[in-house]
Amino acid sequence: MATTVHEPPRVRPRKLPSRKQGTGSGGGGWRDRTPSDGSFLAVGDRSTASKTGVWVGLAAITMSFAALTSALVVRQGSAADWQHVTLPRVLYLNTLVLVASSFTLEFARRRFSRLAFLGSGEATASPLRWLYVTLSLGLLFVGGQYAAWLQLKSQGLYLATTPSSSFFYVLTAVHALHVLGGLGGLIYVSSKLRRSALRKNTLDAASHYWHFMDILWLYLFLLLWVKL
Amino acid sequence: MDETSRASQAAHHAPPQGFIRNYIFSLDHKIIGKQYYGLALLAVLTGMVLSWLMRIHLVWPNSPVPGLKWLAHTSAPNGVITPEYYLSLMTMHGTLMVFFVLTNAPFAAFGNYFLPIQIGAEDMAFPRFNMMSFWMTFLAFCVLMAALFVGDGPPISGWTAYPPLSAVGAVAGPGQGTGQTLWGLSIAIFCIASLLGSLNFISTTLDLRARGMTLMRMPLSTWAWFITACIALLAFAVLLPACGLLILDRLAGTSFFVPANLVVSDQIQPHSGGSPLLWQHLFWFFGHPEVYIAIVPAMGIVSHILINAMRRPMLSHKVIIYSLMSLGFLSYMVWGHHMFVSGMNPLSSLMFSFPTLVITIPSTILTLIWIGSLYGCKLRITSASLFALGFVSLFVSGGVSGFFLAQPSIDVLLHATYFVVGHFHLVMGVAAIFGVFAATYFWFPKMFGRMMNERLGKIHFWLTFVGAYLIFMPFHYLGMAGNVRRYSAFVNDYLQPLLPVHRFITIAALATGAAQIIFLYNLIHSRFRGEPAPQNPWEATSLEWTVPSPPPWDNFAGKIPVVYHDPYQYGVKGATGDYVMQDSPQKIPTVPEEGRR
Repeated sequence: MATTVHEPPRVRPRKLPSRKQGTGSGGGGWRDRTPSDGSFLAVGDRSTASKTGVWVGLAAITMSFAALTSALVVRQGSAADWQHVTLPRVLYLNTLVLVASSFTLEFARRRFSRLAFLGSGEATASPLRWLYVTLSLGLLFVGGQYAAWLQLKSQGLYLATTPSSSFFYVLTAVHALHVLGGLGGLIYVSSKLRRSALRKNTLDAASHYWHFMDILWLYLFLLLWVKL
Repeated sequence: MDETSRASQAAHHAPPQGFIRNYIFSLDHKIIGKQYYGLALLAVLTGMVLSWLMRIHLVWPNSPVPGLKWLAHTSAPNGVITPEYYLSLMTMHGTLMVFFVLTNAPFAAFGNYFLPIQIGAEDMAFPRFNMMSFWMTFLAFCVLMAALFVGDGPPISGWTAYPPLSAVGAVAGPGQGTGQTLWGLSIAIFCIASLLGSLNFISTTLDLRARGMTLMRMPLSTWAWFITACIALLAFAVLLPACGLLILDRLAGTSFFVPANLVVSDQIQPHSGGSPLLWQHLFWFFGHPEVYIAIVPAMGIVSHILINAMRRPMLSHKVIIYSLMSLGFLSYMVWGHHMFVSGMNPLSSLMFSFPTLVITIPSTILTLIWIGSLYGCKLRITSASLFALGFVSLFVSGGVSGFFLAQPSIDVLLHATYFVVGHFHLVMGVAAIFGVFAATYFWFPKMFGRMMNERLGKIHFWLTFVGAYLIFMPFHYLGMAGNVRRYSAFVNDYLQPLLPVHRFITIAALATGAAQIIFLYNLIHSRFRGEPAPQNPWEATSLEWTVPSPPPWDNFAGKIPVVYHDPYQYGVKGATGDYVMQDSPQKIPTVPEEGRR
């Protein structure tokens, strides 16, 4: 095996942006340090890891919902007991609310980027306000899903009533759990922002997750609408 | 940023303080790795004792087992194992071994300990997730152990928990009540833990590599853990919802898996239209990749150790990596071969048979590379390299029977027999355990700062190696003779003549199990009384050997290494010793192929 010597990448000192993140809590760990050669990929940096982590997590979530989808399709075909369920009206409203929350989160993100660029410490209020709007919309969505369950319940459709109602409850509940997780993420992000300790990558990671929950819901809504 | 300020900031989490943060709820990947190892050890000992009970019952069905009546006085009155309890033992043995040993030991334990060090990181990407991952695994273990002692009997559905009987509850008999519910709960918790663990492995490998550590410069063990994490991430993400649906069928009265008009214990079940096959599809979609979750880390570890013992690289570093990747990829296309006799469409059987035969190609390539690389080398015989060789042997012996089982026409005859039991115990169970033994003997000095006793290690190897063959080779013969699996007693006429073979297996199993006392003694004795280990006892090249034994809490004492070389620079002419460490800036003379090999 012929071996060539690979030199490591040359170290090029780079002037760091003055407002580099992460001094707010705990004095900054080794992953908070800025890589000396300017390459975030070569040197461990927690911020990119949080983004990667979210993508990896989303892959797993996608797989879980793919499994549930295939279970739904197989179950529907396996016996003649599948009954049509009219989706509760409130779901249309919930869909609008969740889509709107994605937009408000983007507003927050835009404003945060501008803030980070201008380097003003005072004006965290503006992105924070949009984060709170997103949070409330998220809560409204979960409440709306609960209202949808109540509507089904009033029609006498419980978890075990028909296979289609089973899948309705399972899919919406699992999705709602994931949305609650996203809300936790948003609360974490806004508390960081309040302390001016938010890193852009953390916000990006949280918002990728949130948008994914949005897209996932649109997919589930379509699936339920077509199949139930 | 200069080196000093880099060093001063090299603290991703402050040094742990106090016993609890140090050793119990630790964020340190090394402690978590050891915790996983300890849990796997506990699980493997429990699982082994359960298998002894099974073997004893098969050949002496009516004799009481000493002490058993205290442990299971309802399930085994007077210490005599009932048929139901036999099934419980089988279920618990399978579940413990597959989940808590074969997933935990080679992947979670050694991966946690060595993946970050081998890529030059100071810890995993998400230390808190890592801690949660271990403690959830521990919780899952406790829940499963609780199932062993519930009043209405431990679960009896096997590690595959096929519905409908696993989904209808206590009406299906002892062990299908609380025990089975706890089983489902335990596996669901285990899934979440494994997902967190895999997420950590993948993010760490992608994001926290030291400077110069390109993907192709990662050691083969790290590659194997990374690929395994990718497999586990997608596999456990499917088992988790499947377990959820099974628990709903049991507790909430839904009908995902229970068909209509099912009569169990003379009662019509209040379920409608579910599909038992659906569970099998979901389960085996996880279940087959699970086989590779167990074996791929062992393959990486064994390659890593063999290269060190051969003092030269494998024939091809890249082909090994690509083969491991294709194993991971193909493992998702073959799940149906577990269901050839489940009433699938024959066309589906054919569709699953083809990739099952294709998956033997990367396995064969790996085997050929191992054997081809071993050919003509001066192997350093250590306990670790012996176990690595044993792995190759067992993997081949167990793998060959896979060619037969991959074909539906042959599988129909052999599926429900001991042939399959022999196949998967050799190729997945014992082979992966040999990988774990090899890893233990190889890395123990690094983990505990002391050497293990080599003489005891070699005795342990020969007893275990011969024992494993004595136990599992006759299984194939039994299977071909038509001996069905999962029977708790062989009372049929045609099975009676096979009893002497069973007796032989039982004695071999008891003896081989007893030989593990040597290993345990060596492990515990060396931990406290072993010779102090030098930094690099095996003259190895990868990054874990550039740090003291055991490594400091942040692995590199603040000095993150820079990587200059491929991982296996052995047999280098003109080097001090015959090797060059990965982080050594020393130039390596480019010599023609023949000169190196």
